[in-house]
Amino acid sequence: MSSVASDTKDRPAEPQHGPSFLWRNRFQIAIIGMLVVLYAVFLIGDWRTYTSFDIYRSFMISIPFFGIMALAATYVVTLGEIDLSFPSIYGLAGWAFSAVYVASGSFPVAFVVCILVGVVGGLVNGLLVTKIGIPSIVATIGTMFLWRGLVNVLTQGQGIPIAQITDDPWHKLFVGQIPLGGPVVIPAQFIWFVAAALFFGVLFKRHRFGSHVLFVGDDEQSARMMGIHVDRVKIACFVILGVSAAFSSVFLLNQMLFFWATTGDGYLLTTLAAVFIGGTSVFGGKGTMIGTFVGVLIIASLEPGIISIGLSGFWTQFVYGLLITISVSIYALMLKRG
Amino acid sequence: MSETEPLLVLRNIRKSFGRVEVLKGIDLEIGKGEIVALVGDNGAGKSTLIKVITGVHKPSAGEIVFKGQPITLKNVQASRLLGIETVYQERALADQQELWRNIFAGRELTRFLGFLDVAAQKRETGRLMRSGMGLTSRAITVDSEVKGLSGGEKQSVAIGRALYFDADLIILDEPTMGLSLKETERVLAFVRSIREQGKSAIFIDHNIFHVHDTADRFVILDRGRVVGQFHRSELTHQQLVDMMIALHEAGQVA
Repeated sequence: MSSVASDTKDRPAEPQHGPSFLWRNRFQIAIIGMLVVLYAVFLIGDWRTYTSFDIYRSFMISIPFFGIMALAATYVVTLGEIDLSFPSIYGLAGWAFSAVYVASGSFPVAFVVCILVGVVGGLVNGLLVTKIGIPSIVATIGTMFLWRGLVNVLTQGQGIPIAQITDDPWHKLFVGQIPLGGPVVIPAQFIWFVAAALFFGVLFKRHRFGSHVLFVGDDEQSARMMGIHVDRVKIACFVILGVSAAFSSVFLLNQMLFFWATTGDGYLLTTLAAVFIGGTSVFGGKGTMIGTFVGVLIIASLEPGIISIGLSGFWTQFVYGLLITISVSIYALMLKRG
Repeated sequence: MSETEPLLVLRNIRKSFGRVEVLKGIDLEIGKGEIVALVGDNGAGKSTLIKVITGVHKPSAGEIVFKGQPITLKNVQASRLLGIETVYQERALADQQELWRNIFAGRELTRFLGFLDVAAQKRETGRLMRSGMGLTSRAITVDSEVKGLSGGEKQSVAIGRALYFDADLIILDEPTMGLSLKETERVLAFVRSIREQGKSAIFIDHNIFHVHDTADRFVILDRGRVVGQFHRSELTHQQLVDMMIALHEAGQVA
């Protein structure tokens, strides 16, 4: 072990001023590089599709359905925790939205009830993990079945059509199309997604709450000694994810105009894959919102990209797997060196 | 508070865990600008005593007077608000976080609605590194993560953090444990600098030589009681060592 004194003597004239910008942001740079390479491949493979606006518009329609949850899940993963139940909260909150809308005819009432379901779902997870002391992977397997099971019982497997919602002025606020001239039309939900990314990004790196999340995820014992309310921070992160799941279901339902008992089911692994491809560490204490944002873009563009460059849809999972394995290996190696 | 009044007074502090009485009526005074070492074998009650002062444990009986006011400490935050900081043996740092986050962990500088004043945190951390912590190596900046630091540098950060918040009493629990010789020197110099800043410290260390070189006064604890108090000028290294051995063998101070 070298002492500080000899360190100063050994490198007196070194211009090095601590970690450089590039090194500090190596995870973000790696993932952006990955996105660039991917799009280069898509452009070469299918120039016409990828130079027209239509494909980007379809991305912008579908990305928010899981993207906002990926941003929120970054908090939970940074804590060193995991949540497997958010797709079920998505389903239950989506059911609440549809059922209340059909019964009351009021979009705002349905929305508030839906968000409340998200709060309760997140709160239950948070309390199970902090107060009862169940490891989050186990606790959220429980609530995953619990909420999905509740949806099945409540709906008896029946869907709820909500086509009349297109006449509601609130509908446009969530999934309206914003024309910017020519073929360029921005779906409202993508604006929401970008806004959510900015909000979650600032909260994460520039707010006391984010600092506490990082500290708790890094070293829970130290966080306690420094007077950080560890339990409160954890519960808040689970609630943020629950609310984001509920919020996302509103976009999906307004777009699809139909509630299925399985709504939300397919989003578990794609959402978590976006977080991990983004470079957030499963060990906690390290996370990046930019990484998750780009991870979402990558995950969302893979399937259409694979098909448009001429591979069959059967390749999708294989390429997902390849990309996830490669990216997390790169991050692991970077961590070893850093 | 007058100049001569002690900073901290403990009167007849008792602490029992179930039927085991760990502290059997401790009387102790810490003066302003004084560094007091707690000396004693394992199980003497040093750690329990410290935890009573920092609000981790509630005393079963007795009185704590801080700055002339009798106080009851509900938790760690309460003692910290009064001006009692602790440098824990475990250091309480988060390895993967930057120095500017570690220094202000749990007490972030904010602008409005809880948004961090990152510029201020970095500026203050930089100032503290140059003045308080003596971290002048060019390889370490406010953006450095803790995990790249040596044991001694980590300890400097932990102590620097305690100094920053303008505590009147700093408690150091085995601050030299696991450090190299040179690093130990630096940490002991820090402890001495606490006195120069007019603040007080309670210092626990198993190494008698560290204790003798650094503290103004030694308080010897044995099985929950104060069995001796000496000013540094009253004892040489050797006498202190002999006394500890005698205490260990005979169970009392000769």
